[in-house]
Amino acid sequence: MSDSTSGRRPLAPRGEAARSLTPPLADARPAAVRPESAADAAPLRVGAGTKSRRGAEDPAIVRWTLIALAFLAMTILVVIPLANVFYEAFAKGVGTYWDNLYNDPDTLSAIFMTLKVAPMAVALNVVFGFAAAWAIARFRFPGRALLTSLIDLPFAVSPVVAGLLFVLLFGLQGLFGQWLREVDVKIIFAWPGLVLATTFVTFPIVARELIPLMEATGSDEEVAAVSLGARWWQLLSRVTLPNVKWGILYGVILCNARAMGEFGAVAVVSGRITGQTDTMPLRVEKLFQEYNLPGAFAVASVLTLLALITLVIKVTLEWRTRRELEEASRLRTLRSEA
Amino acid sequence: MSITAKNIVKRFGSFTALDDVTLEVGGGQLVAVLGPSGSGKSTLLRIIAGLELPDSGTVLYHDEEVTDSHVRERNVGFVFQHYALFRHMNVFENIAFGLRVRRWPKDKVEHRVNELIQLVQLEGLGRSLPSQLSGGQRQRVALARALAPSPKVLLLDEPFGALDAKVRTELRQWLRRLHEEIHVTSVFVTHDQEEAFEVADQVVIMNHGKIEQVGEPGEIFEHPANPFVMDFLGDVNVFHGRVEGGRVMLGDLAVDYPDQPHQEGRTAKAFVRSHELEIARSWNGRGSALKAEVVQVNPSRGVVKIRLISADFGLALNVDVAWDRFADLRLSVGDHVYVAPRRVRVFVEDYAI
Amino acid sequence: MLDVNRRILPGFGLSLGYTLLYMNLLVLIPITVLAVKASQLSWPEFSEAVFNERAIAAYQLTMGASFLAALVNLVIGLLIAWVLVRYRFPGKQIFDALVDLPFALPTAVAGLVYSSLYVKKGWLGQFLVPLGFQGSYSRTAVVLVLIFVSFPFVVRTVQPVIEDLDADVEEAAACLGANRLQTFTRVILPTILSALITGFALAFARAIGEYGSVVFVSGNMPYKTEIAPVLVVSNLEAFQYKQAAAVAVALLVLSFSALLAINVLERWSRRRYV
Repeated sequence: MSDSTSGRRPLAPRGEAARSLTPPLADARPAAVRPESAADAAPLRVGAGTKSRRGAEDPAIVRWTLIALAFLAMTILVVIPLANVFYEAFAKGVGTYWDNLYNDPDTLSAIFMTLKVAPMAVALNVVFGFAAAWAIARFRFPGRALLTSLIDLPFAVSPVVAGLLFVLLFGLQGLFGQWLREVDVKIIFAWPGLVLATTFVTFPIVARELIPLMEATGSDEEVAAVSLGARWWQLLSRVTLPNVKWGILYGVILCNARAMGEFGAVAVVSGRITGQTDTMPLRVEKLFQEYNLPGAFAVASVLTLLALITLVIKVTLEWRTRRELEEASRLRTLRSEA
Repeated sequence: MSITAKNIVKRFGSFTALDDVTLEVGGGQLVAVLGPSGSGKSTLLRIIAGLELPDSGTVLYHDEEVTDSHVRERNVGFVFQHYALFRHMNVFENIAFGLRVRRWPKDKVEHRVNELIQLVQLEGLGRSLPSQLSGGQRQRVALARALAPSPKVLLLDEPFGALDAKVRTELRQWLRRLHEEIHVTSVFVTHDQEEAFEVADQVVIMNHGKIEQVGEPGEIFEHPANPFVMDFLGDVNVFHGRVEGGRVMLGDLAVDYPDQPHQEGRTAKAFVRSHELEIARSWNGRGSALKAEVVQVNPSRGVVKIRLISADFGLALNVDVAWDRFADLRLSVGDHVYVAPRRVRVFVEDYAI
Repeated sequence: MLDVNRRILPGFGLSLGYTLLYMNLLVLIPITVLAVKASQLSWPEFSEAVFNERAIAAYQLTMGASFLAALVNLVIGLLIAWVLVRYRFPGKQIFDALVDLPFALPTAVAGLVYSSLYVKKGWLGQFLVPLGFQGSYSRTAVVLVLIFVSFPFVVRTVQPVIEDLDADVEEAAACLGANRLQTFTRVILPTILSALITGFALAFARAIGEYGSVVFVSGNMPYKTEIAPVLVVSNLEAFQYKQAAAVAVALLVLSFSALLAINVLERWSRRRYV
């Protein structure tokens, strides 16, 4: 496991946050420190097709070949599958598409189950993520590095194994199985199990967004607020939360996307009871097994749409945090120059 | 190998970095290009190297035109301000790089690299990684790396800019000695005039994409071509006044100025270097002098820097006084003294504007 | 400074306590229970569950397909990261955003689509199947879908490192007479090597655990196209909880080793150059 306090985040399921944070900070060195080089003033003219002889530039033929290859790879890997989802979903017409979604009670129930389970998992992990980030980014204590590494642990666990964990705990043959039966509480093969499995799988996401963010913002403002007499709720609502609100939102978006799409873990704990414990991804598989491809693709198209919306929000948030960080570093530069 | 850059124009968007610049560097010379940041000096160097393409103009090495040849075919040694060492290679491999890409045989590479390690006095550090070296050592590695393939010209872009003052002074004296040893035509860019004047055979002063003056250090210092050069060289007091009838009138101060015998007055700027002002406790009336009050006394290396204010003239003056003269004068803050220039450089402003 | 915070800022005990409690309940205790459950098997039983012929075939497929997928992603990921950082072209922003699609798209959807693309009548299968390329219900299909699922890792770990590359260094190489290919192999590649390794390992680790997408495309034929996580499920469906736990432990060991390797590699590369 790695120590994420060092700034490197090898286990991030997505490196985006690291990306959205690093480039603006790297650019933040004051203009005076930069070597006076023409490259700073030169507009990038890489794709412009001008003859290039700069030492750090690739010849045009290499450039265009690589761009073409990259487009080819992206098209085959991502674009064609994306288009195929919608094509297959609408292959039998809009009417059938609508029927497949709206007039199939089992699909509807799966949609509602996903809408119920995902927000619960997200909510649980947001509270945890914030608590963990507060403890890790604001205080130093023995075992801090270990704790930071342990947060990544669920990423190393195969989703199927994650599901199995809860079956072993709460299943009929599980550790608490007998007791749960006596008090008549169903966890496995019921929605609480789905929530548990989903929460486990998405466990590190929010914390991983917030820890580096809160480390980057530092505690100066909070210490200042406390010294000015702020109580903890004022501190939280006026200083800390406003500072990390975009980070939280970012974590929520990522966590939610993963929660809605989780398959392996929920497949194990749900028991796949049609119309009762199916989530949308499970419903996709069931329809696929029943050779109802238009139905499967209809549900898949909804999930794909959600994924695309997630990407749009993510890009917007990255753009915003990037701008805020640039603004902050510009202010810092101005202040240090003054 | 001489270098000629002819009528070089380079624009970045709407910004003109080089505006019809022509520069000749004689074979075996060590030339400094000096100027404030944004003056185009680095761009000129990069165009000479082939790292940048001019919009128009030509670059010649000796008599051969190289404007269109790629940087890797020009065989230039280039030293970057931030060293640009290959951080995953040790010192030996860094220096060997230019030889290895030329497919030199192993034993020759070894011999040449060891020769260079000796030349830059880094014996015993061949196996070290750049991260284990000090800034000064890194820059010497960079220099050895640039020299390894026996380049026709050596170009250095602010080579000492990232080093601290002491190392900087040592390294530039060392560069001077090195150049005397190997005599490769060298151009280096700097914004530090002390560096330029101490090291170079010729100094080129640039401003706003144009060359303001080219000359030997002493010549430039003695005969600055224009107010910019005068001002840029620093340690100078500027007086605004008029020239008429062979005299410069600077308030109470009148100085002979035979270059401008015309009767009609012209506004002019007069520049007096701080060490070219004389301070006296009393004035015998020979020539004219300004009355001034001492406001600050800063002892420094070589001289004592005195700051004066001339109340009549509303002017602050900086004067450098030699230590023994300072001992004679026994100046302290609040003293009233007389100041007279020993030498004035006058630049008459153009009517054209 | 952070130590002083404990006296100034509120909530140290509460936040740390909650973090530990939550983590124990949700993660550490369940994993311990898994280990305990697996240890209830005697060694021959454990060995039979974990190392039977079918299981070994499944591990081999999981490891082999994951390795291949990560390897392909190493090349494609480097290509895309390079193109995204170095070149300008129309649609770059959308291109960049789409790289993350495999992270955002539910794996079941990926599996479903890939199962339809490479069959004989599929969009890509119609060209590939006649050429003998069986991209569905085969081991190739497993590799293909794993490539999709783990594709963004290499791009996203290498991209920032390429962004940080010092243009001076490449110019220095050019001045010394190196052509672009020499500059790339001798100067750029060694510099981004550790990021490449990290991206590779992350992609590999992700692929080892992947389940959702693979079950759609592989056909799950024992000894042929069955991956290790499927073993867990089939043990579970046969109510062999201890055996399921044993295989799960084996899987955990695999992915932990992969992650440990990442960490060692990262430390090694960081110590070397920084």
